[in-house]
Amino acid sequence: MAKNIIEVINLKRNFIVGSETVHALRGVSFSISAGEFVTIMGTSGSGKSTLLNLIGCLDTPSEGDYKLDGISIKQMNKDERAMLRNRKIGFVFQSYNLLPKTTAVENVELPLIYNNEVSARERKRKAIESLKAVGLADRLYHKSNQMSGGQQQRVAIARALVNEPVIVLADEATGNLDTRTSFEILSLFQELNQKEGRTIIFVTHNPELASFSSRNIVLRDGLVLEDTVNKNIASAHEALQKLPKLDD
Amino acid sequence: MIKRYVNFSNLFKIALRALSNNKFRGFLTMLGIIIGVASVITMLAIGQGSKRSIQSSLSEMGSNMIFVEPGQGMMGGVRQDASSMQTLKQADYQALLDQSEYLSDITPIVSAAGQAIYGTNNTPTSMSGVNASYLNIRKYTIADGDMFTDQDIKAAAKVCVIGKTVVTNLFTNGEDPVGKVIRFKNIPMRVVGVLTEKGNNSMGQDQDDVILAPYTTVMKRISAINYFNNISASARSEAVSDSAQDEMETILRKSHKLADDADNDFRIRSQKELLTMMTSTSDMMTVLLAAIAAISLLVGGIGIMNIMYVSVTERTREIGLRMSIGARGIDILLQFLIEAILISVTGGVIGVIFGVGVSLLVKFAAGWPIFIQVYTVFLAFAVCTATGIFFGWYPARKASNLDPIEALRYE
Repeated sequence: MAKNIIEVINLKRNFIVGSETVHALRGVSFSISAGEFVTIMGTSGSGKSTLLNLIGCLDTPSEGDYKLDGISIKQMNKDERAMLRNRKIGFVFQSYNLLPKTTAVENVELPLIYNNEVSARERKRKAIESLKAVGLADRLYHKSNQMSGGQQQRVAIARALVNEPVIVLADEATGNLDTRTSFEILSLFQELNQKEGRTIIFVTHNPELASFSSRNIVLRDGLVLEDTVNKNIASAHEALQKLPKLDD
Repeated sequence: MIKRYVNFSNLFKIALRALSNNKFRGFLTMLGIIIGVASVITMLAIGQGSKRSIQSSLSEMGSNMIFVEPGQGMMGGVRQDASSMQTLKQADYQALLDQSEYLSDITPIVSAAGQAIYGTNNTPTSMSGVNASYLNIRKYTIADGDMFTDQDIKAAAKVCVIGKTVVTNLFTNGEDPVGKVIRFKNIPMRVVGVLTEKGNNSMGQDQDDVILAPYTTVMKRISAINYFNNISASARSEAVSDSAQDEMETILRKSHKLADDADNDFRIRSQKELLTMMTSTSDMMTVLLAAIAAISLLVGGIGIMNIMYVSVTERTREIGLRMSIGARGIDILLQFLIEAILISVTGGVIGVIFGVGVSLLVKFAAGWPIFIQVYTVFLAFAVCTATGIFFGWYPARKASNLDPIEALRYE
């Protein structure tokens, strides 16, 4: 049995809005082991963003516990969580969040800047390696505003991988892309998962994506509604081939 | 878990990068600091320059001088004018000479005004009856011939040393005055020396229109009086100037046998006091100008704060991203603080160059006396850095306190 990377134990998160308490998560439990590709789904208001923030160590739970790679984050302060994110998590956002007017290499270097153990030379070497892994070997010194949406998201993925995280967290990572590019990015994620054994959590509201992951967790009203293992994983690469060719 | 220290060189690079992405804005922000620093430096240079010029012209007059004048006094219930007082006598001079520790030179001064005549030429001038120490006190030197001697003083000899203006007026055909006999108030006096030219003093007085003679000669043979007009002295150094003044007061009070509760019947003034008096206006102007310049520096600082504030708001998502990939609050705080300091210090450097340039321009174009003190340059740097920290702190603090979740969602 593979090692448990994420353990979510009866997780609750309440927000106080004015005089009311909103229960965004009402007790969620599951665990994710290394090498899984998990999609987390739910409509807006289901609590998936709250869950993502907690898994990403950006937030702390009101009740329950969460262990990332065996480390409980419940007692951690802001700085300790920042350092944990730096070493163990790679984020991919819907809107890429690249620095403007900055080259691909510099963008990818960013997480390592906050890691004193990595020298400037090593930082650059790792960034280039990471960009090659996402197929951007020929775009190393292009600035973020000179690249297409798909390319920008690839840079963002390279940035998420550069610190060799135990988990890659993608938040609607294909939300801003057209169908073709979405499949390209999805197939990149599948490749990273299947060939390199990366653990990926992909949060989305798009139910179609469930067929491409190895496991699907559905949230509703702050509780886990479904948690199913997908035995029959569809290939995003094949789906991409089936798309009608563009006449350009 | 290992503690992570702040990596300043990386943060410095990040800040530099952010500034180079917004060069024109950075320059406009700097402009406030540049103008502020440049004006502080220029104003202080002008203020210091004028003070220096007063100081130097005053120190040309003499070194660490202290003057004793007969002061206000009562004579039979009538308050007397200082010049009519006859309280400074030979005994006072002797007492100062014997008892003083802080004075290096002392001379009595007895003045007389009158016409000097040589051959067919004559000129109105004044004669000062002094001793040889007078040369040291007033920084005169002998150009030609010799100073009269103590023996001349003892004998009240009819000898004199004359200034350049007197030479020019009396010896029109270029004769050597040394050894010639001139007449002052009809008393024939032999010229034994000529003073080196000194020019005008700070009050515009011609310091070369003078005849020096033994004070005994002036007292006995010319004015027929037995008191001095004043006593001039030099303190050993500027440091003991105040002590010397106190000492003189004590000696003179004793010599005049004044009761403890009686007022002084003489007045002591020092060159230091004169200097303070004369530079007080220029000091006030310096403070005033520097204050105005400092206000412009303050305005520049507020400009930095304003821009940093805008920059933080504009880059909220970037801050959110940096935090999500592992930047701590302190990393973000320092990034923005370094950015603010970079703006202010760069502005400071340019401001110093600009300020020095303008000062020199004023010096050469308008001919004003200019003096740039090194400490004002360092002061400008210190103030700039402080301005950067002070006005950058609040925006940087705001940035570091952002919640990464909120910041990432910011539109």
